[in-house]
Amino acid sequence: MVKSKSAYSIPGKQGKFDTHIIVVWVDNEAGVLARVVGLFSGRGYNIESLAVAEIDPKLNISRITIVTTGTPQVIEQIKLQLKKLVPVHKVADFKREDKNVIFKEMALFKLVGSKSKKEKALKACKKYNAIILDKTNKSYVIQITALRREIDSMTKNLKKFGLVSISRTGAVAMTRGSEVFK
Amino acid sequence: MSKLYSGAEIVFKCLEDQDVEFIFGYPGGAVLPIYDELKNFNFLKHILVRHEQGAGHAAEGYARSSGKPGVLLVTSGPGATNAVTALTDAYMDSVPLVCISGQVPTHLIGTDAFQECDTTGITRPCTKHNWLVKDVKDLEKTIHKAFEVATTGRPGPVLVDIPKDVQFQKTNYTKFKKQKKINGKVHSHFSQKDIDELIKLMSKASKPIFYTGGGVINSGPKASELLRELVNKTGFPITSTLQGLGSYPGEDSQFLGMLGMHGSYEANNAMHDCDLMINIGARFDDRITGKLDEFSPKSKKVHIDIDPSSINKNVKVDLPIIGDVAEVITSTIKTIKKVKPDFAKSNKQKISKWWEKIQKWRSVNSFDFINSDETIKPQYAVQRLYELTKNKDTYITTEVGQHQMWAAQHYKFDKPNRWMTSGGLGTMGYGLPAAVGVQVAHPKKLVIDIAGEASVLMTMQEMSTAVQYSLPIKIFILNNEYMGMVRQWQELLHDKNYSESYTAALPDFVKLAEAYGCVGIRASTPQELDDKIIEMINTDRPVIFDCRVDKQENCFPMIPSGKPHNQMLLGPKDQRENKITGKGKTLV
Repeated sequence: MVKSKSAYSIPGKQGKFDTHIIVVWVDNEAGVLARVVGLFSGRGYNIESLAVAEIDPKLNISRITIVTTGTPQVIEQIKLQLKKLVPVHKVADFKREDKNVIFKEMALFKLVGSKSKKEKALKACKKYNAIILDKTNKSYVIQITALRREIDSMTKNLKKFGLVSISRTGAVAMTRGSEVFK
Repeated sequence: MSKLYSGAEIVFKCLEDQDVEFIFGYPGGAVLPIYDELKNFNFLKHILVRHEQGAGHAAEGYARSSGKPGVLLVTSGPGATNAVTALTDAYMDSVPLVCISGQVPTHLIGTDAFQECDTTGITRPCTKHNWLVKDVKDLEKTIHKAFEVATTGRPGPVLVDIPKDVQFQKTNYTKFKKQKKINGKVHSHFSQKDIDELIKLMSKASKPIFYTGGGVINSGPKASELLRELVNKTGFPITSTLQGLGSYPGEDSQFLGMLGMHGSYEANNAMHDCDLMINIGARFDDRITGKLDEFSPKSKKVHIDIDPSSINKNVKVDLPIIGDVAEVITSTIKTIKKVKPDFAKSNKQKISKWWEKIQKWRSVNSFDFINSDETIKPQYAVQRLYELTKNKDTYITTEVGQHQMWAAQHYKFDKPNRWMTSGGLGTMGYGLPAAVGVQVAHPKKLVIDIAGEASVLMTMQEMSTAVQYSLPIKIFILNNEYMGMVRQWQELLHDKNYSESYTAALPDFVKLAEAYGCVGIRASTPQELDDKIIEMINTDRPVIFDCRVDKQENCFPMIPSGKPHNQMLLGPKDQRENKITGKGKTLV
């Protein structure tokens, strides 16, 4: 390694990376998403996926779900920095492995090909709540909801059955049981 | 029906209710309606700067020296972008600023109109929060909220962007009642248990140290008084960051001087070897910690801070206490009085060895330098300036570079809010406009900008502001014709390749002073220095003091990059004794 001539400190050892799902409740106002996303890019944090929509039109609250990776220290910082933003109401943080939390993503697949290929594709999708949204002689549009890695593997599998276009959302999350995050 | 006010009037009504006395600004197309109303509001004095960056730094100087938020008023587009450096500077150093910017009319937003820019987009990462006010009905609420955000919790800059048509629109104004003392209360989340734990750690420690920062200053003058009481009650040594200077008397025997990259040998070694570090309102900046992996390896660390995100950001701590410094220290002192009234006495024996060790480090005298009869050594100049001004309750600002570190090392402060410097962002050109702001806040006091000739040229135009408002600021330039700190690093780290760090064509600062309509003084020999400084002090007009200093002098001691605290590079005296040659220096 070339000896650093920088006067800045040499980076220390890096900890282990974990995947976390951060849920942020924000005021639905102009620029709020830019504030949240800008915080991530400005401080060098990762965003693997992002889902955002208004959940309470009366109180004007949006819920942002962000999948991110980082060392425990970085995850802690992400949460604390988010809480400092003025339009942020609360911040929840779940580990991907957390059994008490449901994570779901949705994907749309467009398949073009022979009937038998399309049927095979539909069969493969079956365990992920497959719904046919559009049907022509040549094509299907199928919707599935599943985990990220399941959709990843499906996109791989479906290639051979005539998959021509994919559209997918970021993950959304909710805790199991009657508890509500405060 | 109650009277209707225009958006421009509402801006001033809000400022009046927020007790704003001064506003630093520069007019332009998109703020003309606001400037048009200025004459109708006598509570406010407008200080016309020469560049919006100057307005920002002046507002910072005003805020830092007075404890009140600084307010600036700029136009759209270039007005706002020029203010960005100052906003970022204030963000890094936690200075409360409220920036009001004009914007093109709402119907032109997004059309690339003349002098349009995405002000809220550009300033988003350098403000605590910002607002684009698209409806005059939101204006009052927004401006008051802006003041609240800027001044509560960890202070910082905010920006309110007001389109020109909103400044003309009319609506009601309801008198605002300022809530007293919001600061602290809602942001303190510590319990008595934390304080008990702190006292337990304190009574167990045999090598303790207080490490204090700008948070003590931001907590108000009371916090500095309390800090003195706490340090006195415990008998512990104390060191301070650059921003914290003044919260504890610089000449007190328990004070080890500033720590960090150019801090004292005793402070840095004590930080490295201590077994209990009590951080009060500092943030483990990289210029303080050096190499993180080897930062104070054997100590228990306590961190008192109002900002939860400062905890564990750079350094993992054992006991975080989230709260306002003054409140935490109050509780701590109260508990000590109750549990261990004679803490200092009973503890004296335990930490006596520690003090012996510290005295040994102290005897190295790390701020020492080789003085000269022929040339003015910059350290000597600062020392003389200190000796000749210390009884005058002087306010010092600085630019950024070697002169800043020499000022921090050799000028001793014994009161808070007397020391204004750009620590986080390191903005060359901060000191002169900051001095303008300080002088506005304290018209009768002596205000000196200890400057470098390169830095000061970046915002030199504000001399014109100082002259216009008869602000007798003193610009004390340590002129070595180099960007000194750049030259020093090039010498130590880049094989003496002095790439572009020499300014081959400098103005004649004495003539420049005369051109601005102020007084120019030059000192070239150590013999004439005192007389010239006294002449400067006795001049009741703005002064540019061209102090010609040694061109080769380096700022020591220094923690070389990526090294722990206990591997400091000492000054030339020590290097000569230990025969560290030039070659050894480049090994850092």
